[in-house]
Amino acid sequence: MSIRERLSGNEAAAIAMKQINPDVVAAFPITPSTEIPQYFSTFVSNGAVDTEFVAVESEHSAMSACIGAEAAGGRAMTATSANGLSLMWEMIYIASSLRLPIVMSLVNRAVSGPLNIHNDHSDAMGVRDAGWVMLFSENNQEAYDNLLMAHRIAENSNVRLPLMVCQDGFITSHSIENIELEEDEFVKKFVGTYKPEHYLLNDKEPIAVGPLDLQAYLFEHKAQQAEAMKNAKKVILEVAEEFEKATGRKYSFFEEYRMEDAEYVIVCMNSTAGTAKYTADLLRNKGVKAGVLKIRVFRPFPAEEIAKSLTKAKAVAVLDKADGLNAVGGPLFTDVTSAMYVNDVKVPTVNYIYGIGGRDTKADDIEKVYNDLAEIAKSGKVENPYRYLGLRRDK
Amino acid sequence: MAYNLKEVVANKPARFTAGHRMCAGCGAPVVGRMVLRALKEDDHAVICNATGCMEVSTFIYPYTAWTDSFIHTAFENAGATLSGVEAAYRAMKRQNKLSGKDTKFIAFGGDGGTYDIGLQSLSGAMERGHDMVYVCYDNGAYMNTGIQRSSATPRFADTTTSPAGKVIPGKMQSRKDLAQVMAAHHLPYVAQTIAVNNFKDLYEKSEKAIYTEGPCFLNVLAPCPRGWGYATEDLMQINKLAVETCYWPLYEVINGKYIVNYKPAKKLPIEEFLKPQKRFKHMFKPGNEWMIEEFQKEVDNRWEELLKLEEATK
Amino acid sequence: MTDINAKTPMDKLTEGGTIYTSGNAREFKTGDWRSTKPIYLKDKCKQCGLCFPVCPDNAIPVNKEQKREDFDYDYCKGCGVCAKVCPFNAITME
Repeated sequence: MSIRERLSGNEAAAIAMKQINPDVVAAFPITPSTEIPQYFSTFVSNGAVDTEFVAVESEHSAMSACIGAEAAGGRAMTATSANGLSLMWEMIYIASSLRLPIVMSLVNRAVSGPLNIHNDHSDAMGVRDAGWVMLFSENNQEAYDNLLMAHRIAENSNVRLPLMVCQDGFITSHSIENIELEEDEFVKKFVGTYKPEHYLLNDKEPIAVGPLDLQAYLFEHKAQQAEAMKNAKKVILEVAEEFEKATGRKYSFFEEYRMEDAEYVIVCMNSTAGTAKYTADLLRNKGVKAGVLKIRVFRPFPAEEIAKSLTKAKAVAVLDKADGLNAVGGPLFTDVTSAMYVNDVKVPTVNYIYGIGGRDTKADDIEKVYNDLAEIAKSGKVENPYRYLGLRRDK
Repeated sequence: MAYNLKEVVANKPARFTAGHRMCAGCGAPVVGRMVLRALKEDDHAVICNATGCMEVSTFIYPYTAWTDSFIHTAFENAGATLSGVEAAYRAMKRQNKLSGKDTKFIAFGGDGGTYDIGLQSLSGAMERGHDMVYVCYDNGAYMNTGIQRSSATPRFADTTTSPAGKVIPGKMQSRKDLAQVMAAHHLPYVAQTIAVNNFKDLYEKSEKAIYTEGPCFLNVLAPCPRGWGYATEDLMQINKLAVETCYWPLYEVINGKYIVNYKPAKKLPIEEFLKPQKRFKHMFKPGNEWMIEEFQKEVDNRWEELLKLEEATK
Repeated sequence: MTDINAKTPMDKLTEGGTIYTSGNAREFKTGDWRSTKPIYLKDKCKQCGLCFPVCPDNAIPVNKEQKREDFDYDYCKGCGVCAKVCPFNAITME
């Protein structure tokens, strides 16, 4: 039986962590994810979990301690945002290369500089090629559900990769919304116990982790990681299916909202999907065939499936909450367009960089994008595919 | 039981094996192996190594020279990495997820990974009170990358980033006193040691550090023939001179109480330690006498300060 | 024996480069690094015990009777530290 509650996204993440009851949580405060370790340390103080909470002196140490704990044979979790993730960057790569299924709650925030504490996706995009499974969440419910599914995906013997669950800083993390929580017993059973094959604390089989891996081997080890990421696709779907059977909440690589006959499609991630769906509904009432493709699984990138979903569209807009600063476009745009190209889907596609540093993105803004798409569909041409939404400029 | 070197070596197999690829005559494996010999034979250990000479020479895929469990992740985070392992041990033990042997946690880092880039991670791990020993094998520079100065490099030393040139005669700053920095963390056990004579000092301090509950720190001088520029076979002579000149005093701080373990009857002049090392060669050129004087003054001051600390905490 | 080498295909390499056979560096012989060779003169040796702990390569075996044996040339890199510490000239370098 689900329990109806009203929680913020951070509370939802902390409660998921409590129900998962990991062996070690190592975290460092940073806005807007700070509340997660705050709530969690209360659970520790009150004996509600069996976890060792390691109040580290930096995010670099948070990830290092998670790596140590996971290699030791325990389950390790952490939470961070923006610059915290930047400071972890070195260890993010090491965590995945050592094939340690650490789970992180990433509350997305703009990476400095200049300093800004509000939401965009520049933090997550900075580690998009680091070998982590990356799940995005539209709201508190999805942040919670994605965490409940996380270990099952990450720890699968065909995967063994770390995983991060993203949600939008403040917009989701600090907004209180209705949520359906699952019973502790259900979560315990669903997540299961962690039984690593090889681990440091097994005195019957001492192991050595983290070699100097020279020219004869690193290439192959990297290819193993790439293979594991491909394997994750199947596992993600299997876990989602099992989760749906138990909870009734359906998950896949992405959510197709009013896509069955959509002519104008917005591709986006996290909370913007809510605004996009609302706007699509408004436009549908006016007879505009608007649809939304909300990406949940960003890594592994479901390229073929995304391309297939966009086949029937007349024009597509990819919304990036992180600028590529590369004179081409945002990271999601380049991924989506390359998926379309490789899968021979020829639909005019345009990129909008939006919401940077917490700039509000309202239904009006989204409507403007749909209007642009109608223009593009009519002309069949995309002039300047690299655009901004809600940016002040003279020309 | 009284220390008996032969008994220790004969009865306790090396937990740091042969077949590693550190330079001939390197001081670090000598230290590492003896520290691990202080483990009780029945205990398991998890060793964590910061990136550095020792790490890149002892665990080159697919070969490891460690018979215990071992983890290396990066350069600056041996303290934090081992914190995570130790925390997992506590959590899993509490939940009866582990059976079997007692496990000890030992980190090794060079001076670069400990005095410099890893200082924050080390300080954090010590402050949080993890039950572990951090062993710094101090060879006084970034030897793995080719002898660059670190904050452990002694004043005037010629390194590849503090070269003795026409205008600047080597490293112009004094060496950081890391053992004192660690003592200021109010740890249950901090010691400075070295491999001399029959290794009694090193072995006994390692044993105390490993079997004292809580965070403990050992600072061990580990000469580098290549970086210091002395004849490879002179390792033990260099160690002896470091102690006899009071360049490297042997002492321990047990719950804040200082004990100086060795006081030379006749302190040798610092030239004895400097002379055999090429990194100090320029100090012996005519006109550079002031450098030796300054060096001596600093050694004397630090030694006096240590004796005062011993007196004050009696 | 470690059955991984530079020809092993990726599917057979251990995940993440983790090694499950601790202490297997012993299979890697470092004796060919040697340019000078220590010779053990058993007659002169008083079994004082100063030489074996100073060997960086653990190449001086000590038996259960607490006596040193001849060098393990599989690993000795010829550094000469042992010869230098011997008070009885029981080790010469060639």
